[in-house]
Formats: sequence, C-alpha cells, structure tokens
Amino acid sequence: MAPRTLFAKVWESHVVDRLDDGPDVLAIDLHLIHEVTSLRAFEMLAERGLATRHPERTLGVADHIVPVTGQWTSRARDWADTLARNCAEHGIPHLPYGHPKQGIVHVIGPELGLSGPGLTIACGDSHTSTHGALGAVAFGIGTTQVAHVLATQSLLINRPKTMEIRVDGVLGPGVTSKDLALALLARHGNLAAAGHAVEYRGSAIEALSPEARMTLCNMGIELGARMSMVAAPPLSTDEGAVFDARLTLDAAGVPPYVTWGTNPAQSVPLGARVPGPASDTDDSTKRALAYSGLAPGTPIADVTIDAAFIGSCTNGRIEDLRAAAQVLRGRRVAPGVRAVVAPGSMTVRARAEAEGLDEVFRAAGFEWGTAGCSLCIAANGDLIPAGARCASTTNRNFEGRQGTGSRTHLMSPASVAASAVAGRLISASELS
Amino acid sequence: MIIEGIAVPFGYASVDTDAMFPVSGEQTAAEHGWGAALFHRWRADPSFILNDPAYRAATILVADADFGIGSSRETAVWALAGAGFRAVLAPSFGDIFRSNCVRNGVLTAVLEPAARLRVHEYLLANPGAALTVDLESSVLEPLGEPLRIDGFARRVLVEGVDEFSLLLDLADRTDARLGPTPDTRSVA
Repeated sequence: MAPRTLFAKVWESHVVDRLDDGPDVLAIDLHLIHEVTSLRAFEMLAERGLATRHPERTLGVADHIVPVTGQWTSRARDWADTLARNCAEHGIPHLPYGHPKQGIVHVIGPELGLSGPGLTIACGDSHTSTHGALGAVAFGIGTTQVAHVLATQSLLINRPKTMEIRVDGVLGPGVTSKDLALALLARHGNLAAAGHAVEYRGSAIEALSPEARMTLCNMGIELGARMSMVAAPPLSTDEGAVFDARLTLDAAGVPPYVTWGTNPAQSVPLGARVPGPASDTDDSTKRALAYSGLAPGTPIADVTIDAAFIGSCTNGRIEDLRAAAQVLRGRRVAPGVRAVVAPGSMTVRARAEAEGLDEVFRAAGFEWGTAGCSLCIAANGDLIPAGARCASTTNRNFEGRQGTGSRTHLMSPASVAASAVAGRLISASELS
Repeated sequence: MIIEGIAVPFGYASVDTDAMFPVSGEQTAAEHGWGAALFHRWRADPSFILNDPAYRAATILVADADFGIGSSRETAVWALAGAGFRAVLAPSFGDIFRSNCVRNGVLTAVLEPAARLRVHEYLLANPGAALTVDLESSVLEPLGEPLRIDGFARRVLVEGVDEFSLLLDLADRTDARLGPTPDTRSVA
C-alpha cells in the first residue's frame, strides 16, 4: 500500500460511503454535546420521531453558559435543564454543573480518556479540533449535523486536503505553543489552512507536552483548519507520504505573541508596536484599530489593561495554570485590574487546589472560579465591560467576544499573568 | 436554477460568525425572529449598510475574503436566511460556516478577489441593483463573472437532499465502521 498520512489512515477507516458529487459519509466514533448547540438538534430529532442511535458513544456536558464567577441567568438555567432532560430522555450520559468531572467539553474529553488516537470525534463546537492532538480526526459541526450524528452516528462531509505544518528547532524560554499558534496566524492569516486537515510535525512539536499540543490543535480552526492532528502512538504518518500543502516555522525565531485587533491573525510579538493599515483602502485594519482604541505605532508594552483572564479550552488545563501561577508567586495584580481564573474542568480545579495553585492565584488577587467557558464566550454572566481591555488566554478576539464593546488581547497563560501584574501588555520575561 | 435579487456591496473582510449572530442576539431572535438578530450589534450603527433602505429586500451578500470564520454556530446562518439572504459571494469562507449554509438553503459561491472588487464597485455605483446567480453555468450576471460552486451544495439547492434519510439508510454500514471507544457511560 502507498504511504499514507495519519489523517488518511483515520479518515479512510471511517468512510461508510462516498457520494459522486463530493462528500463522504463518515462514521463518528465519539459525539460530544453541550447545552447550546444541541438544544435545537434534539428538537429536529423530535420532529422526525428519531432516537439517539448510540447513546454510549455520546456524552453531554454543560460548559458554555454555566456560571463560573457569578450567578445563573434564567436563560442559562433553562438551557442547562433542557440538556439534562434531553440526555435523560435519550439515555445519554451527562455531566451537569456541580458534577466533579464537569468541565469544558474539549478539556474533559482527553482528561476522561474518551478521546484518543484513531478515533473520529464530532461536537457542535469549532474547537473540537483540540482532540486531534491525541491523533484523532476531530472537528466542529453545526446544529443540523449534531442532529444527524445523534440519529445515525454519521454525517456528510467533504474530505479535506492535507497540510503539513512543520515546526523544527527549540522554543525559546517562556515561549509556548500558544505563541506558535499566534505566530502562524500572524504570518499566514485566518484561513491559511481552510479546506485542509493539518498535521503538526517536526522536532518542536515532538518536544511539546500533550497539553501544549492541544492548545496548538485547538487554534488550528483559527487558521481555518476544521481539523488538526499530531501523531500519537500507535498512529503516525508513513515515511514518504505526501501532503497537499506545507507551511514551515522555525521555533527558535518565535517570541511571545499578542493580538492587537479583532481577529486572531492580527497579532504581533510582545514588545513590538501596533501596526497601521497596509494602504488607504485597508478598511479592515482601520476598523480593527478603531474598535481596539489603538493608534498605529503605539508600543504594545504601553497598552494598559482592565482585566485578565486565564482559562478556556485553549489554555485552561493544569499546565496552563501552573505556568501562570509560576509567574504570580509572590506578586500582586496591578490595582484596578480584575483578574479571573476559570479552570478548564472540575478535575483540573481539584488538582490545582491539591497543588496549592488556588492559593497562589488568590494571594495575587485573582478570582478562583468553577469550571466553564466563562469569559471566552460571554454567555454565562461573566463579561468584560464596553471599552475595557482584557489580556486573555482564550482563542478569539472578535468584536464583542467577551461582551459588547469589550477588547480582547490573546496571549499565553504566562504572558497574561505577567500583564495582570504589570497592568499592561508584557511577556513574563519583561516582568521586573 | 437561478438566484436573483438585490445585492449588498458588503465589503467587510474576515467577518466572523460572532458578528453575524452574537450571543446577545438570542433575545432578539426569540422575540422578533432569526432575521432580526443578523449582525445584531453592527445594526446599532445607523450607517451600517444593512440599515440602508435600498437593501431592505436584499437577497445576495457580496463580501470580502474570510467570510464566516470562527464559531460553528448555525444560528449565524439561520439569521442570514431569516433576513432573506439566499446567497453569499466572497473570495473565501470558513469551512464550518459553508457546511452550515448547505443545510439551510443558503448558497456560498467563491468569487475571486479581482472579480469581487469589480462586483463591489458595480454595486456601489448602482445601489439597489440586482444580480443573478446561475447555478447551472456558475456565472454571475450581468457582469459575467465566473463563480465556484460546490457540486453537492448545488444539488442540495436544486434537487433537495434528505440527509437524515440518506444517513439512516446507511446506518448498519456505519455501525460496521465504528471503532472501539470507551463507553461514555463509564464516566457519567
């Protein structure tokens, strides 16, 4: 047999049928559902009188709208209750708010040993690409396809092309996979990998921990790739297998990064200056600058912040909390900065508490939340006020992402911790 | 099959699905329908192009590159469809957004960057002008610009495809393709 990519091996073993005009029918091993995008999928099943075909391959968890630092809103309570009722009616295992294993869907899948090499995994959430760090073909789907997977454990999807993103060399001290993700976005744009399944390879990737790989695969969707992967034993790409496209990055040349604008590709190294429009007609940059309240040429290190957030499916795992706590030990958050930690899961939270990290965060002036999406999505009562600026370990800096009028600066956990202390956007190495 | 109607010279690049349907749009959608929630926050600006009466009955959106990036939320497409849009033309699209459009009667067609600019300028010079998308020939009239349209997406729009039935008919074959996974009942 001709040499095959990791992606091809997993995909081809799950193809049920191939339609003449494009899409494959793909079998889905594991289906993760949450309270927001499953809501109307269950209604679609009810309209057709359909049952969930494989509840034992499905797991429900409340994460997007659950309170983390605040109180339930009535809508959130309603959605969480609806998920619980739907799961009960369909025999689907469910981790409700308050359960010791509850957490963000992309944190708990790997944590509970459900996600793994060779699996196909779908979830009504674009950051499902996270699970690809364990050698799975994992991708986000819309609500209608959530209904398809519930009813049939399969869906129609175009087979993507393959892209190798090769990162060789050794990361500098204090530089993380989050910085690699932002560096790739800064160089190649929001859709550089659209239509492709990405495999991250190279010596720098091999040196990353599984959690750091999850951060990279998580943000593959920001680069346009619906699915991202890293080889995991026993599965890897065969010697001589050919990718359809390739990007390369030298790890040694990557500094800590931060976003300045309103999409993740609008990012620069910490310590750089805010860029200006490429031309008079570059309305996109002008709009981003106006929304961000920043003038071209402003040193990033002079940009003051009102809030700091550590958490999300991108950077809410135990290693992320350790990295931030390392910076915060013996330090205090700058006056006027609201700082929040939302552990990615209750398991992460318990582990952090066992290690005493919660005390480090509290002593530094951080709020210690429960597990959930919190300030990554602004759907759960946690909000950044209009005009306020937040250093955030999350994945998207879109207009209004953390609340109407909020301004988001994406960074690594250590950079967010350092910025919280300094009250402005800096890397941990700049902290005196 | 033809999609014909007033086209909006939308212009924005890198439009994300949070912008199309922010979480804050849920209340508006619940009270006034999906269409009312489209670009919920941007509509607060009176000069936003979709507030222009010339485009009240628009059915085609001509946007710049990277349209529909970000979240998988299908509510973004429900809002587009609810507001009457039947086609979005842009140089590039987010993959999940495109997939969601297929399932909701909204055509996404790729218009190369140079052609996008020509169409955009034509529409600016002729506010409220109509365009015609011919799904068979993949040509945009009256400018004669070529479009790239996905074959399956075209079939769904022209003939209709009942995906539930298609997938249910294959369910036994699907079961045979499923790999060994931990039983989710072991964790909850």
